[in-house]
Amino acid sequence: MAAPAKTTRSASTRTAGKAGSRSPRRPKIDDAERARLTAYYKQMLLIRRFEERAQRAYTEALIGGYCHLNLGEEAAVAGLLGELNPGDYLFTNYREHGYALARGIDPRKVMAELYGRVDGVSKGWGGSMHMFDVTHRMLGGYGIVGGQLPIATGAALALQYQSRPDIVMCTMGDGTVATGAFHESLNLAGLWDLPIVYVIINNGLGMGTDVAHSSAEPDLYKRGAAYRIESARVNGLDPEEAAAGAKRAVEVARGGRPYLLEVMTERLRGHSVVDPAKYRSPEDVAALKLNDPVQTFAAKLKDAGVLDDDAVAEFDREAIAIVDDAAAFAADSPTPETSTLFDYTYATPVPNDSRRYPGEALFPALPVAAGAAGRNA
Amino acid sequence: MTEMTYRQALHDTLRSELQRDENVMLMGEEIGIFDGSYKITAGLLKEFGERRVRDTPIEELGFTGAAIGAAMLGLRPVVEIMTINFSLLALDQIVNHAAKIHGMFGGQMSVPMVIRTPGGGGQQLGASHSQNIELYYAFVPGLKVVAPSTPAEAKALLMASIRDDDPVLFLENLALYNTKGEVPDGLEPAVIGKAKVTREGKDLTLIGYSRMALVAQQVADRLAESEGLDIEVIDLRSLRPLDRDTVVESVKKTNAAVVLEDDWLTYGIGAEIAATISDGAFDYLDAPVRRVAMAEVPMPYAKPLETAALPSVDDVINAVHETLDAVGRRR
Ligand SMILES: Cc1ncc(C[n+]2csc(CCOP(=O)(O)OP(=O)(O)O)c2C)c(N)n1
Ligand SMILES: [Mg+2]
Repeated sequence: MAAPAKTTRSASTRTAGKAGSRSPRRPKIDDAERARLTAYYKQMLLIRRFEERAQRAYTEALIGGYCHLNLGEEAAVAGLLGELNPGDYLFTNYREHGYALARGIDPRKVMAELYGRVDGVSKGWGGSMHMFDVTHRMLGGYGIVGGQLPIATGAALALQYQSRPDIVMCTMGDGTVATGAFHESLNLAGLWDLPIVYVIINNGLGMGTDVAHSSAEPDLYKRGAAYRIESARVNGLDPEEAAAGAKRAVEVARGGRPYLLEVMTERLRGHSVVDPAKYRSPEDVAALKLNDPVQTFAAKLKDAGVLDDDAVAEFDREAIAIVDDAAAFAADSPTPETSTLFDYTYATPVPNDSRRYPGEALFPALPVAAGAAGRNA
Repeated sequence: MTEMTYRQALHDTLRSELQRDENVMLMGEEIGIFDGSYKITAGLLKEFGERRVRDTPIEELGFTGAAIGAAMLGLRPVVEIMTINFSLLALDQIVNHAAKIHGMFGGQMSVPMVIRTPGGGGQQLGASHSQNIELYYAFVPGLKVVAPSTPAEAKALLMASIRDDDPVLFLENLALYNTKGEVPDGLEPAVIGKAKVTREGKDLTLIGYSRMALVAQQVADRLAESEGLDIEVIDLRSLRPLDRDTVVESVKKTNAAVVLEDDWLTYGIGAEIAATISDGAFDYLDAPVRRVAMAEVPMPYAKPLETAALPSVDDVINAVHETLDAVGRRR
């Protein structure tokens, strides 16, 4: 277990809150570094604007079901996914639109999935909670809390079995560490030396329940010790710090051992779009404003001379244009034909598979005999 | 033809499938060093090594879920869950994940895995260890549930299940492991989703699966000898998909049916069969469809109580007689 830079939520909060203040001396930043930092910022901004657009579409009833947003997690998403190779596999929970975008999936296809259209990543079968794109090796999007953990663990087992160089990253929320699936998965990964990075996105809340009320050990990364899995906690409000944590984690996984990374973030809004989060104290809500990762990272980059106000405004226009285009595309994409209802129950055709719509009889009715009294006689 | 036990047929099939396909691997509690709780996997760890035959800790949810993920990436895991009672701990992974992944993600990946697990009863194991809850899985679109009754069926259906691209729950039965039967040489994989008429007759149709398909055979043979009755027997073999046509065609010919099941009566598989007959052969029925099922109690330990709770050959004969009496009154 690495000693954490910050062991409490308030400590990490304070640090991040100060990120925007002026530092007296600027270290020299080369072009590659400048490009890397700018890329983080653009990625974060795209997620921010995309989620805001999704929120709007939800309130306009263009998106159905539940809709959980990554607002507050932008830095964590950008930092973590930047450390993965295209060949690696990603499993997430249902709060995953940003992960889909950062994995390189076309924002149009992500938005179309939210709209339940045929051009969605999952052809409109999954919705907000079930983004899946086999070509980008994002293997879901899972709505059952903890459901993705055993599956991701098995994917890592397959990679080991096939002697492949790729690894698995499996993200989850802080509330998820209480499930049996967490224990069972980490136990297997620890026993079998599986190439997997488990990431706890600790936004302090599972719906309305805070970590103090859900985990007997509130330093969640310490749970790795029970499975002899190396673990650490990093600040997830800064993409570079999240990336540094992920870099070590990915390195360990590529070396054939699992890793547990706890990433401290904030959930800027309610649990889902419809949650007003009335259970949060006014101080808590006020503190969130200081911890907005998109704001603080912009301030940090300006402070370091990487970005100026014009660049920030320009990137913002670009991000908004992308999400507007995605929303327009989604709105134009057709809804699935009801004739496709039975297309995906099984991977291969099977005799006697039911293809019956709700009102249909199982067996065709016998012809009514001539002269017999029918229903309308 | 070789005569062998149901256990041997399962063992030999696992072994030949491991030899046939490098992606086939076995996972489960006590399947390796211990040779399997019911010795189905005896010797396979020694022959194929830990990579292919993997002992797991006692975590049904964890290793069943791991099999799903491994299957998504191209392996063909065959999971053994010690008895079907323990599968309840893996219910979330089986029902919410294995059955859903193909459909929920728009057909992008399939989950070619098998869960082998025995049901049972009659072994004095008490309430938590004597259930037949295959219905829970047969209820779920996206899963296939097969239930062989003989060594030959066990072999043909296990080959088919392992080679199938969808998740299959393969139901075994504690009381069948030592039963013997002929297994043809060069047997081909079965077609999942099809029932089989295992005895032709015209007086009444008996329908069963797993152990109760054997009981149906015994009853039919006995009543042929003692009373000259000509009973047709259907072995369902697959609980999902359900081959309704074979059942309905038979009842159209015999005009009467008794359904045998080792699970509880209310909401059970027999209820589904009876409803199917009502839908498809209503005009052909000469008597109400009877169901013979387990008594609706948590299974007791004491032998006389346990025996009283389980459907017996005599119970089936009684139901057949009463059904034929009802037919006689109508004709
Ligand atoms: C097994 C299960 N139980 C309950 C729920 C309802 N639920 C959805 S999200 C959630 C909170 C999860 O919190 P956390 O893991 O911290 O993730 P976050 O929402 O903060 O990203 C709950 C209880 C569920 N989806 N699945
Ligand atoms: Mg949370």
